[in-house]
Amino acid sequence: MNPAYSVIFFTTASGAGYGLLALLGLTGARMGHAPSLLFAILTLIIALGLITAGLLSSTLHLGRPERAWRALSQWRTSWLSREGVAAIVTYPFALAFGLVWSGLVAIPDAVAPLGILTAILALTTVFTTGKIYATLTTIRAWNQPLTVPIYLFFALASGGALHWAISTILGMEPGTVPPVAGFALLMLAMLKLRYWGLIDNAPRDRTMANATGLGEHVRQWEVPHTSTNFVQREMGFVVARRHAQRLRKIFFLLLLLAGGLEGAATSVPAFAVPAALILLIAAWLERWLFFAEGEHVVTLFYGNPNA
Amino acid sequence: MTALPDTTGKKLGLVIDLDTCVGCQACATSCKEWNTQGYSAPMTDRDPRGSDPDGPWLNRIHGYEIEPESGHDSRVVHFPRSCLHCETPACVTVCPTGASYKRAEDGIVLINPDTCIGCKLCSWACPYGAREYDVDHGVMKKCTLCVDRIYNENLEPEDRQPACVKACPTGARHFGDLGDPGSAVSQLVLERGGFDLLPEMGYKPTNKYLPPRTKRNTPQAGIEALPKGDGSAMDRLFKLADRLLSGAGN
Amino acid sequence: MCADPVVARSPKTWDEIKTTTCYMCACRCGIKVYLKDGTVTYIDGNRDHPVNKGVICGKGAAGIKQHYSPGRLSKPLIRVGERGSGEFREIEWDEALATASDWLGSVRKTDPKKLAFFTGRDQSQGLTGWWATQFGTPNYAAHGGFCSVNMAAAGLYTFGGSFWEFGEPDWKYTKYFLLFGVAEDHGSNPIKAGLGKLKKRGAKFVSVNPIKTGYSAIADEWVGVRPGTDGLFVGALIHELLNAGQIDGDYLLRYTNSPWLVIDNPGAADHGLFARDANGETLVWDAHEQAAVSTNDYDAARSLMGHFTLPDGRKVATSFQLIAERYLAPENAPDAVTERCGVPEDTIRRIAAELAHVAFKEEITLDVPWTDHTGRHHDKMIGRPIAMHAMRGISAHANGFQTCRAIHLLQIMLGTIDVPGGFRYKAPYPRPIPPHVKPAGKPAQIVPGEPLPGPPLGFVTGPEDLLLADDGSPQRIDKAYSWDAPIAAHGMMHMVITNAAKRDPYGVDVLFMYMANMSWNSAMNITDTLNYLTAKDEDTGEYVIPKIIYSDAYASEMVHYADLILPDTTYLERWDCISLLDRPISEADGPADSIRQPVVEPDRDVRPFQSVLLDLGARLGLPGMTTPEGKPRYPGGYPDYIVNHERAPGIGPLAGFRGTDGSLSGKGAPNPDQLQRYIENGCNWYYELPDEHKYFKHVNKGYLEWATGFGLIGKPEPVIHQLYCEPLQKFRLAAEGHGAIQPPDSHRARIIEAFDPIPFWYPPFEGEMVNEATYPMHAVTQRPMAMYHSWGSQNAWLRQILGRNWLYIAKERAHILGIEDGDWVTVTSHHGQIKGQAKLMNGVNPDTVWTWNAIGKRSGTWGLKQDAPEAKKGFLLNHLISELLPKRDGGYRFSNSDPVTGQAAWYDLRVRVEKAADQSEISSPQFPPLKHLGVGR
Repeated sequence: MNPAYSVIFFTTASGAGYGLLALLGLTGARMGHAPSLLFAILTLIIALGLITAGLLSSTLHLGRPERAWRALSQWRTSWLSREGVAAIVTYPFALAFGLVWSGLVAIPDAVAPLGILTAILALTTVFTTGKIYATLTTIRAWNQPLTVPIYLFFALASGGALHWAISTILGMEPGTVPPVAGFALLMLAMLKLRYWGLIDNAPRDRTMANATGLGEHVRQWEVPHTSTNFVQREMGFVVARRHAQRLRKIFFLLLLLAGGLEGAATSVPAFAVPAALILLIAAWLERWLFFAEGEHVVTLFYGNPNA
Repeated sequence: MTALPDTTGKKLGLVIDLDTCVGCQACATSCKEWNTQGYSAPMTDRDPRGSDPDGPWLNRIHGYEIEPESGHDSRVVHFPRSCLHCETPACVTVCPTGASYKRAEDGIVLINPDTCIGCKLCSWACPYGAREYDVDHGVMKKCTLCVDRIYNENLEPEDRQPACVKACPTGARHFGDLGDPGSAVSQLVLERGGFDLLPEMGYKPTNKYLPPRTKRNTPQAGIEALPKGDGSAMDRLFKLADRLLSGAGN
Repeated sequence: MCADPVVARSPKTWDEIKTTTCYMCACRCGIKVYLKDGTVTYIDGNRDHPVNKGVICGKGAAGIKQHYSPGRLSKPLIRVGERGSGEFREIEWDEALATASDWLGSVRKTDPKKLAFFTGRDQSQGLTGWWATQFGTPNYAAHGGFCSVNMAAAGLYTFGGSFWEFGEPDWKYTKYFLLFGVAEDHGSNPIKAGLGKLKKRGAKFVSVNPIKTGYSAIADEWVGVRPGTDGLFVGALIHELLNAGQIDGDYLLRYTNSPWLVIDNPGAADHGLFARDANGETLVWDAHEQAAVSTNDYDAARSLMGHFTLPDGRKVATSFQLIAERYLAPENAPDAVTERCGVPEDTIRRIAAELAHVAFKEEITLDVPWTDHTGRHHDKMIGRPIAMHAMRGISAHANGFQTCRAIHLLQIMLGTIDVPGGFRYKAPYPRPIPPHVKPAGKPAQIVPGEPLPGPPLGFVTGPEDLLLADDGSPQRIDKAYSWDAPIAAHGMMHMVITNAAKRDPYGVDVLFMYMANMSWNSAMNITDTLNYLTAKDEDTGEYVIPKIIYSDAYASEMVHYADLILPDTTYLERWDCISLLDRPISEADGPADSIRQPVVEPDRDVRPFQSVLLDLGARLGLPGMTTPEGKPRYPGGYPDYIVNHERAPGIGPLAGFRGTDGSLSGKGAPNPDQLQRYIENGCNWYYELPDEHKYFKHVNKGYLEWATGFGLIGKPEPVIHQLYCEPLQKFRLAAEGHGAIQPPDSHRARIIEAFDPIPFWYPPFEGEMVNEATYPMHAVTQRPMAMYHSWGSQNAWLRQILGRNWLYIAKERAHILGIEDGDWVTVTSHHGQIKGQAKLMNGVNPDTVWTWNAIGKRSGTWGLKQDAPEAKKGFLLNHLISELLPKRDGGYRFSNSDPVTGQAAWYDLRVRVEKAADQSEISSPQFPPLKHLGVGR
């Protein structure tokens, strides 16, 4: 699959934003108030900013952005529609939570329920995003049970790292977030390792033979058009295996580095900032690989012997 | 609307004969020219005079070669590929706007160009590469089974068929109701062992492909070998000439 | 759930539909053009048209993009810079026509043959040939000399018809179809439709072709013959059938010259000619009377075989005796040819057995009574359901004429010409063998200011008909009808530029060409051709070819090398007639012709070439084109000519709706409403023959009488198949030293070998003359189904399908050569080298590489951007092909052509293929880009 930067940006940015938002909701619910007004405003702006930038980017990626509102209509069948609905619904709750959590509106009893609700909605949105990919049977690497958990843990890990970094910058105690962020990072690493093992070992049993019905000895002779077409550009891209292996290693190195820095940040808080940045880079890389390793079944018609 | 209809009145579709298709591209360009001015307009081409011209095509003709196996020759197969108007098409159910739908009336899978947002997710969900993006129009395009021809009362009755089927010079493309077991297309599928593409994907394509027939390049029963040269050929010819004389030969 | 969106069921996206005739290739299908506000929106096949019956092909359906191509020319141009510089000035038509008539007028006044007028993919040869006649130059031809003449000549000298689109397999009844190397651009939809019918009926389809694509891909059996060796394969089939006595003796005795007596008198002037009686009538041997009697004695007991002695003591043998002796010889046996032709011995034997089986055990009978030329009544029509068809794969070799004759011999031995299930004639064929038209252009026939006494192209029957100068040298610029190519019935367009530039046999003053890309993909040896076009006389500083006028609708490579450009219209903007006088669209079931009508008006300052030609004719005062008062005879241009021109009384370009009230067909007075009647009839006319005239037309009394009355033939005489071709023997005798007109010594051996009256095989010249070890492979092109020559590349749709080409190599051979899929390779011939990208496949003869024809373009042409893949990755084999063969003993370089017909031997090319040292993704050779000369330049 073509690793389009707009989609990579959307999923990584909004993932981190929703992760951060979820952690704000949960920690807010636990503490009952924000550590400071500045912290509340800044973190909310960053969380909602990332989410909004991501959503805008994905909207601009549309052929007809002005019709984007229509995407809210098919929530009964379409995970993309559900994602849109969840994203939209999250906003008012997040804002309401922000108002009471920051203390701008003093309804202390509302902080906990709104925080929990916001967290649920944020993670639901990430869940729907994961589901968009996980339910596409045409791309084996996506159509995996771990796709959605990875999206969720990535959101928590990157959101957690952001939370930690912002806390550090504002000179505040990161509270209960570091263990959550660390745990998410660990889970992410394990799931991703497992995921790659799964897709590497998954039988590529969809064949050109079945795509064409022409038997096992079929090969592509002529492309339908000598000029490249939409399907080839959008779905024909697969990263070379050797290259992918190298990128995976780099990804794990980045995770290790981020984890190490987070560990170091427990004693020297300043390390939380590079940890978050590195994790965001890792997210970008992972998402690029997610697309580039997504071998679409349509490639069987374009010369790929099996997928 | 992206919910699929429980049943469709008809299952209109194509039957494509891989034994007969010579790869002439008539179906491809006829499709392009009809749709450029019809339901799928405008289907604009990008960089039409440049280094990598491209535009949406709703039907593309692949060329495959079957490698020789022991006892069998290789063969080249021309393979037209377009939307198969599946019974359970995920391209429809993933659509967030309802622009993609499967018609309850006849089973045709269509895109409503007025509500499509061009998110391209449907193209990701299609295993067959049947959906293409029209960059200028900002929406997805696909085979409409010439929904604007098959019922069109402004066309002569014989012309009310998909442009590709009407164009096909070899008669390798057939159009009809595959939901009616008595229809000519259903009969053809039955006789010739028509098959589905990627059946394991579970999309239940309506369109069927007829397999290339076995080659006839080995000795056939009932055809006698000719005698080998034994030096008596001239005698045989003279005898034949004599028979011609004695018969009413001339 | 909500209801489905409402989709308009009956949208009307057009406001008018007009019929006309397609021109996206040479097939000439009927089309319906949909128009909206005067713009073409859709083109589909006309269901009521005899050629395509409603279908259309990939090219035809892309016609819109040709019509609106940015490659169109838009205004007359006159060259202001050097040739090839692209420096032109736009001029008005008045100036253009005045200039052209000035140039042409001075030639006509002095020496008309100094005009070389050659038209390319011209569908108006009825007019252009007549114009040349009226002008008085013999130097006229269309592109047939580099396309089809081997097949046309072989057919017309053998059975009075021809392959190509001049006949067709009996798609309805044939049970076994043998196809040799057919090109996609003639009869394209009828062949496709026919193959579809065969598939439906389960008839067996065998394709003999080095390449297994297109039609061959769907064949029941593919015979991957080596290029140029089809004659060996066919000869072995004939050997097998003769050996088994599996021939249609009745057919041979009645309808062919098999029983005719041939004089056996080696060394004498009559050797190999037919024995004739005092009345000049040919003879057969009456076995009962033991005497030679006239072939017109239909009651004689004709001997098919035998050697006899005439009363005057001369020895004779029947034609068929000689044929049998030739083909029963061991060198024609399957085991003797298998290695050279690449077809396994068993396959040859099996196919021969299948032919015999189908012909003689599966004969078909139609309950249609008919009467043959002898007056004998037949209750039924008996058919041997074997059909054969052949095109460029046979034609484009230096042995193509004789190979094609061998195929005809095979067809005729099996009794399959124009029988149910066989290969059928289309009107105006069958015609006399050969047609009774001699080429004009002998020295005395060329008179300044006067027309020729006859057409420049025709059919010679002996050395006396050749067009030779008084010193015996070629009289025509292309050397057609000289000893270089005595039966060059279509001329030799591929030699014109070379010969004119070398002033061999003489220089020309004006080269006038139409619709032929002679500086690029229609030229052999492109680099030298460009040099010839730009060569200057050292003494005068003038171009050696002083003036070049060119007419084309599009900014092709050739436009840059002309001095005066007359921009033509597109096919949707013009009148045309697809005439029985030219290359008609007849069906086997009856004659047909058609017209083009302008469905839209030109939006540029262009004029249809045919009208321009008539205008020039009037300006020049050509007799046929001016009234006695000196006024233009056809002031209305081409449509005026189409309606009112009469070639013979009552016979005009169109056969339908003749007579003042439009009620006559064939012959009849001009009908002023004729074109309107055609338009009302879907722009075509078709007459279906009655069932009793549909088969055996060559000997069908009823048909022959009808055809005479209709004006297709002069007399209702039978067309007796000439298996033994006496005119060839006349040329051979001359070469052996008999008669007054003899070839120069340098040509004798070649004439003696090639002009065998019995078909035979000889190796293509290029393969023989180059070192096989150095050039072990054959290289040929195939015509892509979605392209017609160079035209398709300017088409925004078609060029997406095929915007570049590859060199296809057999996998097994590529492995030996160390070439992998996608490698860039060099291809080297005795003449040149190119570089292209390789693609491997199985379905190709292992000794052969191939590519798609005419995809490579010169950068900057055809309205394409300079970095178009056609120019950067596309390539042509033309650079490897020399128009001249390597030097023979004595230093003479014959043209790279068939020695009999002058047919260009494109497919004789021998090459060496190697992985290129330079793997950069660009083809070679690359030429400097040309300036865009099309619309919006």
